[in-house]
Amino acid sequence: MAGSRSPFKNPLLKGFDERLPVLRAVHHSMTAHAYPKNLNYWWNFGSIAGIMLMVMILTGLFMAMHYKPSVEEDTYGINQAFRSVEHIMRDVKGGMFLRYLHSVGASFFFIAVIFHMFRGMYYGSYKAPREVLWILGCIILILMMGISFLGYSLVWGVMSFAAAEVITQVFTAIPVLGDGILVLLRGGEDVDDALLNRFFALHFLLPFVLAGVVILHILTLQTVGSNNPLGIDLKSKKDTVSFHPYYTFKDIFGLSVFFTIYLAVVAWAPERLAEAINNQPTDYNLPSHIVPEWYLLPFYAILKVFTWDLNLFGLVITGKQLGALAMAGSLGILFLLPWLDTSPVRSGRFRPVFKIFFWGFAVCCVILALVGAQTSGEAFFIPTPFGRLPLGFDGGNGFVWGSTQQWGVLFTGYYFAYFIVILPVLGLFERPKQLPASISEPVLA
Amino acid sequence: MAGTPTDVANPDRRNFIVLSTMAMAGIGAASAGVALVRTMTPTRDVAGGGTIEVSLDGIAEGSGIVATSGRKKYSVRRRTSAEIEAAVAGDADKLRHQETDAERVQRPEWLVLRLQCPHLGCPPQGTAAGEKRGEFGGFFCPCHNSQFDTSGRIRKGPSPANLPVPKYFFASDEMIVIGKEA
Ligand code: HEM
Ligand code: FES
Repeated sequence: MAGSRSPFKNPLLKGFDERLPVLRAVHHSMTAHAYPKNLNYWWNFGSIAGIMLMVMILTGLFMAMHYKPSVEEDTYGINQAFRSVEHIMRDVKGGMFLRYLHSVGASFFFIAVIFHMFRGMYYGSYKAPREVLWILGCIILILMMGISFLGYSLVWGVMSFAAAEVITQVFTAIPVLGDGILVLLRGGEDVDDALLNRFFALHFLLPFVLAGVVILHILTLQTVGSNNPLGIDLKSKKDTVSFHPYYTFKDIFGLSVFFTIYLAVVAWAPERLAEAINNQPTDYNLPSHIVPEWYLLPFYAILKVFTWDLNLFGLVITGKQLGALAMAGSLGILFLLPWLDTSPVRSGRFRPVFKIFFWGFAVCCVILALVGAQTSGEAFFIPTPFGRLPLGFDGGNGFVWGSTQQWGVLFTGYYFAYFIVILPVLGLFERPKQLPASISEPVLA
Repeated sequence: MAGTPTDVANPDRRNFIVLSTMAMAGIGAASAGVALVRTMTPTRDVAGGGTIEVSLDGIAEGSGIVATSGRKKYSVRRRTSAEIEAAVAGDADKLRHQETDAERVQRPEWLVLRLQCPHLGCPPQGTAAGEKRGEFGGFFCPCHNSQFDTSGRIRKGPSPANLPVPKYFFASDEMIVIGKEA
């Protein structure tokens, strides 16, 4: 790129670009790459996620100008951190809007990224040559989860404290080093001022690290090119269009729809996705029912459903360790997806059996989220607009058939089976439908 | 490219210089890393918990009180004779975390525990008489259903260990000090 010639005619632009070739890099990335001409609306979520990242960084930066990471309590027993968040909400001009853009924004950022990932899983976008692209995406997901956990703690409300307390404890599952790591994370034995300060520092820094990974993600994309709904390679110029104006406008349209919904929630239902109890400053007591934010629920479910020990020829892995391992594994296994799916066909459109298991996986994630939100020992139910649909009942003697925990174990099983058993085996036995010869040619009848 | 180790007069000498420079830089980076991580360790003012005195006066048999020291919570529970018997009888069972009741109490009547579930740290219920105590009549962790017996030992649920017994001693018959040994 630096060796290429400047595309600009305006002498001022040209002169600048010849001294610092960043303009040509932007110009190049907008015009030089051929995109498949058949991308559907599922392909909007990447750019939407990128815009959401900018929204988060901007709103966060302006909140950080008012936020105080201190647990010191005033005469009413309210800590400074919580106070400063309330100050943002009540006194700072436009502050309520600012905070809700950020807290609701985190949810919508996840919505965009979740759709984006399921898109990739359905259309096989993780397969060669896009393995690195996929792996960078997995890193982005994990960073986002960490960043939101850190941000959620900053409010120092009842649930913030619970999250910080419980999630840092997960590290004590690590043999030998665990307790030391806990103290290092917390800056003391307890969740206190030291922890809040370092969480703020990290919550400020990591989004910029995330932005760096996003840039790498886009660089790999521009190198290997976009996948498309048919999952076949580009054959000729007839299969492609340029990004601008075709996809700039398609993206702007999708973004407008997405933002309409996002801003409607910010305006009219900003607490809809939040836990009301976090609007109370923490008194350092844990509430009896602890739930994370909705986007972390499936992983929290996988963490908590293991209640028995595993004895591997004398080596005992405790339920707590199993839970921590499974949770780490549920994220780790995403990295291996490109090699676990053995089918040469990318798009789920041409894989009749895969489709069934794929939607099963989507349902599995929803069920796990419900498991994460409900109490382990009680009968599991599905919330519907018409009331609870029970999937378990009390069997007497303190035993529950179909408890939240049992459903959780079942679907944790499906989650892992999807990657370790179903995808590898399916690729060997499934007979895919006939693929079209190219994007521009209709399917042979 | 000019200047790569292959086209210098004495490649061995060049390799040696390159490697030792890299080793030095590596040592430098590692020690900077150690120094940075060290700044994350607890400072003097937060390290080491304090002690608290808990008066045993007025704690009815079968009940108890929760005492707080800094952010830590302790349960001081006065057991009934039936609860003590159940705890001692439990010694014979196969336990996940094998400990006898005698190892866990100084005086059988008084059970002193740190209220922190070894699973993920929630405070178990069951100290005061009216609270939920679970199937074994001891303590119950509402977070993920760990059930503890009347000695605070894990009997059912995800906790990998018994509720921890803190350091404590009887200053008198009416008073214990939690946080250090006599
Ligand atoms: C990847 C981008 C980010 C995500 C996913 C994220 C997520 C979150 C979440 C979930 C909260 C808790 C919201 C609530 O319950 O009120 C939060 C709070 C906060 N964040 Fe972020 N954040 C991001 C970027 C940033 C950045 C870059 C900054 C600073 C430059 C920042 C500063 C803050 C502050 C000061 C708070 C406390 C105020 C509040 O809770 O509303 N955030 N963040
Ligand atoms: S924290 Fe007590 S059972 Fe999980």
